[in-house]
Amino acid sequence: MPYPADLKYTKDHEWIRLAGEIAEIGITEYAQDQLGDVIFVELPDPGRRITAGEVFGSIESVKAVSELFAPMSGEVTEVNPALKDHPEAVNAKPHETWMVKIRVSDPQQVASLLDSTQYEAQTRG
Amino acid sequence: MAPYAGWDMPVEYSGITNEHLAVRTRAGLFDVSHMGEIEIAGKGALEAVQRISSNDAGALETGQAHYAGLLTPDGTFLDDMLVYRMASSHFLLVVNAANTAKDFAWISEQVKIAGDAAVVDSSSRYALIAIQGPAAREVLQPLTAVDLGEIRYYRFAHGEVAAARVTISRTGYTGEDGYEIFVPPNMADRVWQALTESGRSAGVIPCGLGARDTLRLEAAMRLYGNDIDESTTALEAGLGWTIAWKKSAFIGRERLIEQRERGLSRVLVGFEMLERGIARPGYVVRSGGDPVGTVTSGTQTPYLKKAIGMAYVPVPLAAPGSAIDIDIRGRATKAQVVPLPFYKRVMG
Repeated sequence: MPYPADLKYTKDHEWIRLAGEIAEIGITEYAQDQLGDVIFVELPDPGRRITAGEVFGSIESVKAVSELFAPMSGEVTEVNPALKDHPEAVNAKPHETWMVKIRVSDPQQVASLLDSTQYEAQTRG
Repeated sequence: MAPYAGWDMPVEYSGITNEHLAVRTRAGLFDVSHMGEIEIAGKGALEAVQRISSNDAGALETGQAHYAGLLTPDGTFLDDMLVYRMASSHFLLVVNAANTAKDFAWISEQVKIAGDAAVVDSSSRYALIAIQGPAAREVLQPLTAVDLGEIRYYRFAHGEVAAARVTISRTGYTGEDGYEIFVPPNMADRVWQALTESGRSAGVIPCGLGARDTLRLEAAMRLYGNDIDESTTALEAGLGWTIAWKKSAFIGRERLIEQRERGLSRVLVGFEMLERGIARPGYVVRSGGDPVGTVTSGTQTPYLKKAIGMAYVPVPLAAPGSAIDIDIRGRATKAQVVPLPFYKRVMG
């Protein structure tokens, strides 16, 4: 089981790890595998509000650029500083490499996300 | 695997960066069997090739190849190709997979007009395996009795590799030294395995379409469908060196002469990003806020570790050092025109 059960997932291959009102957001193993070598991640500055289902950043790999979709709404509290120099961490440890932390504004939104079993089923299409 | 001109092609095996660096520092193995092969043979073969090719096939010796445009009457690219002179009246054209049927129909039509030659689409008769990189020769040499040291750049020889009858050509699409090996399809697996085995200690790895694209872009080799197509002329693409102005009529010549005399309005240039961002094909080039051109190729190159690209820009912006902006998803991102190629190997 490559997809941790403590994460929730979007159909667009982001994950979110909720801890109280703060949540970490990253991309999944499936997403990093499809992208290939990640070169950099463009993320919103702390303080920016992001909206569930909308684009909040982008991720560039050698192959292509992909958009990042917010799993839940909230205000960005922190951007992972390690990604600037080590974007390849996204490839190496996708489920441990968070991109942004947000303070979620509507905890109920979690109900619309996929759990690890549902997400894994989706990746097998 | 990704669908590509009717073929299922691996985009990457172990990662584009890894494969790219292997080719620049050791060697990489490519299955490029998708490439099309069209042969023209017979008494009128040279005359036919001279008519359809922008370059001077008459200057080729048997055993020699060159790059050329297969041009429309407008001087634009129906395709680009390598022209191999197999014998004095026998030429082999290596063309892009997606264009093979179109090229074959066009060439057949033209040869009917030009005279006495047969045109054959022999794509299914050849698998094509490329070994590219500084270690290419030491990996290939133990598998063949052909003295690879005797094959100069853009020359080829016939012989055996791993007991398969092949043609070994010192050409490639990576900007690196290396060989492309024409193999009967039923022997392709055997040759691939032999090269893999022979290259193991040298760190040779298989490479996919992704690395092929980043490698050729560093070397500023044009990609059909991106950098050149039926809307761009050989002059605009910066490929004037493939035009044999002095040879007698060839398709597209009149329009190219006109264009040369009138002067170009746009030209393909290389650029390097000055701000963070990667230009991708189709992105708009801006100058002072106005759209002035289009990116045709762009990536972050694994070897040079820079974001680079090629784009058509107006001639006044074509000089190296010119400042342009690339519109990256709505954000004007600074870039600078630089000389091509981005990467040039040190000749050994």
